[in-house]
Amino acid sequence: MTTKTQDTTRVGSKMLAIVATAFLGLGVMMIAGHVQATTLHDAAHDVRHATGFPCH
Amino acid sequence: MFTRLVTSALFAGFAAGLIAALLQLYFVQPVLLHAELYETGALVHFGTAATPGAAPAMGGIDPVRDGLSILFTALVYTGYALMMVAAMAAAQDRGAVISARNGILWGFAGFMAVHFLPAFSLPPELPGSAAADVAPRQIWWFGTVAVSTLALWLIAFGKSWSIWVVAIVLLLVPHLIGAPHPTEFLGPVPPELAALFASRALGVGLAAWVLLGLFSAYFWQRENNT
Repeated sequence: MTTKTQDTTRVGSKMLAIVATAFLGLGVMMIAGHVQATTLHDAAHDVRHATGFPCH
Repeated sequence: MFTRLVTSALFAGFAAGLIAALLQLYFVQPVLLHAELYETGALVHFGTAATPGAAPAMGGIDPVRDGLSILFTALVYTGYALMMVAAMAAAQDRGAVISARNGILWGFAGFMAVHFLPAFSLPPELPGSAAADVAPRQIWWFGTVAVSTLALWLIAFGKSWSIWVVAIVLLLVPHLIGAPHPTEFLGPVPPELAALFASRALGVGLAAWVLLGLFSAYFWQRENNT
């Protein structure tokens, strides 16, 4: 019983780490590539065009 | 686990992003700068005899602008690397083997899902090109990337024909719906430049993504084995 609980917890924390990493990546990509705030847009302008993101 | 995932992704994303930035600055940036001369009206495509739309040599380095481009390319690819390494760890958890060699295939798949398939209906836009409003294009772009990623995952890890048929349908749907396009093509930029820009952007994207897959797999299996 104890072993099973530990296993479930370990698998749960593993999945949590994977999901957290993926969301962190999504956040970084959104801010650098897609948020339309003027300062961000101007700084990242050339990159957004060159990576094929929709830009202004 | 979280630390190991993030560490691998930072190394992989930064390395691939740096190479992507250098390729972009050399191959894509001159086309973009050339187009901006048309966007601002310094050059005119046709209609006036006074300003020939010749191809000036576009070179030189603008430290601030190019520096920001390098920084933001590294950031974008680090974001991709975080998602890539997370996906690799999830696949490994389900029995897939991750190696630097098959990381190349992961990179190809990433390029298809995030770069090529959205570009099939919404090509990389040269500054000055006519385009629909940015919000609907972003919605279409994110929808297409999400659906295409799911479809490629199903093709790679699915085990039956019914799954593969679903995947093919998912690949087609965004393009059957169609991307938002402008009602009128009034962009002042020559189509020759737009075509070169699109193929250069896709080519650089392919190189960067293949390297991203390779590096992500390499650093992840290294971190995972220590």
